[in-house]
Amino acid sequence: MTWFTQHISEVLDLTLKHAYLAGVPLILGLIISIPLGWLARRYKVLYVPLIAGTGLLYTIPSLALFILMPLFIGTRILDSVNVIVAMTIYTVALLVRTVADGLGAVPDAVAQSATAMGFNRPRRLFMVELPLAAPVISAGLRVAAVSNVSIVSVAAIIGVPQLGSLFTDGFRRDYADPIVVGVVACVLLALVFDGVILAVTRLVTPWQRVRRAA
Amino acid sequence: MNGVINWLTDPAHWSGDDGVVRRLVEHLEYSLVAVLIAAVVAIPLGLFVGHTGRGRFAVVNAAGAARAVPSLGLLFIAVMFVGPRLSGDAAFVLPCEIVLVVLAIPPILAGTYSGVEEVDSAARDAAKGMGMRGTEVLAKVELPCALPLIFSGLRSATLQVVATATIAATVGLGGLGRFLIDGLSVRDYDQMAAGAVLVAALALAVDVVFALVQRYAVSPGLTGRRVRRAAEPGVTPELAVHVTA
Repeated sequence: MTWFTQHISEVLDLTLKHAYLAGVPLILGLIISIPLGWLARRYKVLYVPLIAGTGLLYTIPSLALFILMPLFIGTRILDSVNVIVAMTIYTVALLVRTVADGLGAVPDAVAQSATAMGFNRPRRLFMVELPLAAPVISAGLRVAAVSNVSIVSVAAIIGVPQLGSLFTDGFRRDYADPIVVGVVACVLLALVFDGVILAVTRLVTPWQRVRRAA
Repeated sequence: MNGVINWLTDPAHWSGDDGVVRRLVEHLEYSLVAVLIAAVVAIPLGLFVGHTGRGRFAVVNAAGAARAVPSLGLLFIAVMFVGPRLSGDAAFVLPCEIVLVVLAIPPILAGTYSGVEEVDSAARDAAKGMGMRGTEVLAKVELPCALPLIFSGLRSATLQVVATATIAATVGLGGLGRFLIDGLSVRDYDQMAAGAVLVAALALAVDVVFALVQRYAVSPGLTGRRVRRAAEPGVTPELAVHVTA
């Protein structure tokens, strides 16, 4: 405990770096997954290749992906861009299927009503279908958030600073305090991400609150 | 890229005590033991929770929390606290297995209980109507119907374990992670990248094996969407937890 009080600023700094490395890919991944998920839904031929293809990406072990990234995008091994891109790939791998399934769960009658009211395709997607799919997409995003926070810590092995650095430093010095602090900080960060996603979901799906109150 | 190919095609790197074959066997050993232990714990527990609905809240939340714990940190803590009480290789192997089991339990558990919960209640009622007792309903109806989801839980658990067994090398154990860690310490990028390619290839191979086993192990009566959905790589059980939680 004394270790923590003496190193608060260092832990905070690492937490922010960790939040950045895990959080930015969530947003990028969501932005990439929405069109891909929509394509998978819209064109039946694309569903299996898109879902199976992105699912396959998820099987690549994280440490391997961090190390192989420089071969594909020409960065240096210590570059934090490697981690951002790798984590974005994982997020997309998890979310494309979720987005496709979420859009698929929108009742046909609702989509047709929107068309009948004169909504064109893009407007129908953004004003009707995506909001209705939000709870499902949010569930997928929560899974991705928790796994991102945990996976990012592995990047400490290749020397990218974030909370995982506390693990490697502590282990090297045979000192458990920083490791315990790092694990707790990781779990708390995952909880914060989870809370933010839940709050945003509540904000964009006001009808769910009404239904629950009724 | 050429350096990686040269490394992989050099026969000297494949044989011997620190060759690829030996490391591959070690990697599979760590992974298999962990998945087996996790399955022995998680499948009965998941069946119980799914069948009775008891302890659901606790199990869902414990599994969610376990997911958030970073494996690398847990591994180091386990080595520091469990290691000194044991001697020889066990001082590192046991902590490593603990971490891998903790990692593998949540997906298997989630797959099992959501598989049982999702069984058509008409099928369950029909079984009761035929005079089956609770345990018979579980063994003859719920378990076979839940198999696709149990399998997809096992599959994602195995993939995560195979991926994470790589970090065993950070505490001096073997496995394919050795090439990553050794390559890193002597700044031999070709060796690191070759190791990374091997781990990724192993993960893909394991996934393919699971897809084949799943195709033949699931009752042909359960055709249609559910089988197809479970046969694709993905996160159905995980999502199920969060949607229903």
